Amino acid sequence: MISPRRITAVLKKELLQLRRDRMTFGMVVMIPLIQLLLFGYAINTNLRHVPVGLVDHANTELSQTLVQIVQATQVVTVKEVFLTPEDAEQAITEATIRAALIIPPDVDSRLARSPAVGLGLPDATDQTSSRPVAHWIVDGSDTMVASAIKSLRTMPLTELLRLPPNRQVPTFEVTLYFNPEQRSAVNIVPGLVGVILTMTMILFTSSAIVRERERGNMEMLINTPIKSVELMIGKIIPYIFLGLIQVAIILGLGHVLFSVPIHGGLGTLLVVTLLFIIASLSLGLVISTLAQNQLQAMQMTIFVLLPSILMSGFMFPFDGMPKPVQVIAQVLPATHFMDMIRGVVLRDASLYALRSDILWMVGFAVVGLLAATLRFKKRLG
Amino acid sequence: MSDLVVATSGLTRRFGEKTAVDNLDLEIRTGQIYGFLGPNGCGKTTTMRMLTGLLTPSSGSISVLGHPMPDYAEPLKHEIGYMTQIFSYYRDMTVLENLRFAAEIYGMPRKTTKDRIDELLGTYDLTENANQLTGSMSGGQRQKLALAATVMHRPKLLFLDEPTSAVDPETRRAFWEQLFDLVDQGATMIVSTHFMDEAERCHRLAILEHGVKKADGTPRQLMTDLNAAVVEVEGDGLRQVKRALDETGKTLSTAQVGARLRVLVEKSEADPVAMLQSLLQGFPGLSLSVQRPNLEDVFVSATKGALS
Repeated sequence: MISPRRITAVLKKELLQLRRDRMTFGMVVMIPLIQLLLFGYAINTNLRHVPVGLVDHANTELSQTLVQIVQATQVVTVKEVFLTPEDAEQAITEATIRAALIIPPDVDSRLARSPAVGLGLPDATDQTSSRPVAHWIVDGSDTMVASAIKSLRTMPLTELLRLPPNRQVPTFEVTLYFNPEQRSAVNIVPGLVGVILTMTMILFTSSAIVRERERGNMEMLINTPIKSVELMIGKIIPYIFLGLIQVAIILGLGHVLFSVPIHGGLGTLLVVTLLFIIASLSLGLVISTLAQNQLQAMQMTIFVLLPSILMSGFMFPFDGMPKPVQVIAQVLPATHFMDMIRGVVLRDASLYALRSDILWMVGFAVVGLLAATLRFKKRLG
Repeated sequence: MSDLVVATSGLTRRFGEKTAVDNLDLEIRTGQIYGFLGPNGCGKTTTMRMLTGLLTPSSGSISVLGHPMPDYAEPLKHEIGYMTQIFSYYRDMTVLENLRFAAEIYGMPRKTTKDRIDELLGTYDLTENANQLTGSMSGGQRQKLALAATVMHRPKLLFLDEPTSAVDPETRRAFWEQLFDLVDQGATMIVSTHFMDEAERCHRLAILEHGVKKADGTPRQLMTDLNAAVVEVEGDGLRQVKRALDETGKTLSTAQVGARLRVLVEKSEADPVAMLQSLLQGFPGLSLSVQRPNLEDVFVSATKGALS
């Protein structure tokens, strides 16, 4: 028989220890607070002010205006001027600049005939006027930087000749739902809930049991009538509340500081986060039965944490990953949680719409708790 | 017999190639303090762990309080108390919190919990420390708390694994007084130790070496039955004397105790003093005298294989 008295005993003991462990208690609040501020401001997928160099072989009034127009896009900022393309290449290799604009001596005549200035499209066979106006050399190793510069490739230059801009006829009409201003924070903040919960919840529980072993308390516990299930449940419950506090901090501050909307109902939000917290805690318990000491528990936590950040869809779109990677990523509770929390917070998704994620999460938690309970033996051998 | 609390036969435990406990037969009766005496790694803790059901024996049978082990390990947890070698309650909790935790884990009735804790605090002289964090207490006080928590549920059988390794002799004395009080109240105890003075206090002793029981009996009986004579040598140049005796190979052991050399000789030797004097002709001015064996002599000769 499972005894509620013994579960309460473990629970009370955990709370007492937690209350005296100021560091851990502080981390519960400070980790989400600081990381939210850092990531909320730091992570920006709209790249701006890339430092670039300039090699101006023409040095005419027109070439100088060209540089001004390019800088006016705010995509790049000219940091250095070089005499030869070789110098610019050297600077790119040394990473003092990420790209360089090389303006040829005949830029005036190229400009005069360029379609970018809006004098009508040239004939496809017209070799002279279909030549680009100038040349970008780019450090292509960072794909984000490269595509930012590539976006300048077809920029209109009508302003150069004080002409009205070309009428742009888009091929498609695009309407952006849920994040029309394209602010990164709207996507980052709900995702951050998943990352921080993964980190703290798994770490707390995995070290909670390993610590008992390290400090010798386990030898006493296995000589008492306590059952492994009782120990597991008693250990988990306090951390569920800590997890909820963290969620409240992240979403609350995210709403206040970064105007992240919370469209979904609080009830739905609670169900979704509780499920994820319990799934993470049960994973932490499994780790705790595998790890021999706190260092090993930490290493295993990081082994789970990194893919939870990189593969869950927190940083890179899940849809862009190859099929086999998607399958692996879907084992992680974080992947399902990213889907659910963004769904609830941004799109007001219903629990029914998220049923497949919810089912997976419930299954994961049950299997994890079972595995941890079965693996945790009160015997030494 | 009905007063048998623990009985084992042919108890063996192997860890890979190593045999930690080898063919151990034990009979421990109610109301006794039974000591396991032996050096580190002799199988004391392994035996205790098998008796409490934490380890499954490789072969042999165990009966504890009339039940086979380890099958009855879980139900018997309510009847058994185990005090670990290293303090295993929570250092970041107060005495009172630790005792309450023990009471709840053992399912003490809520109504009697407070009275029982007050009683234990009084018995073990911890009332003043009730709200002190255990981490800030002395080793002796912690040991008292560990004992208080271990006997919380009034176990019939207590296991104490090197209970006083980390405390001063005075605390050790006081601790043993409390153990005898518990025996008086009907408890049976199994104590492991490597201290002679501690072993001497036990009702019965088993001397273990490399997992084998070398001797079993009351301390007095073991000392009188010692199959060796003890001669003390007094004089100058004892280190050289010791070396000379060791080289002859006719002594069982020689050990210096202060300004004297304690020499164990086979009991079959008719006149051990004369025999030693003949061996030590090169050392003038020595005085030799036959002594009563003590427990350390028993231990030394037992682990040298001199005891039948």
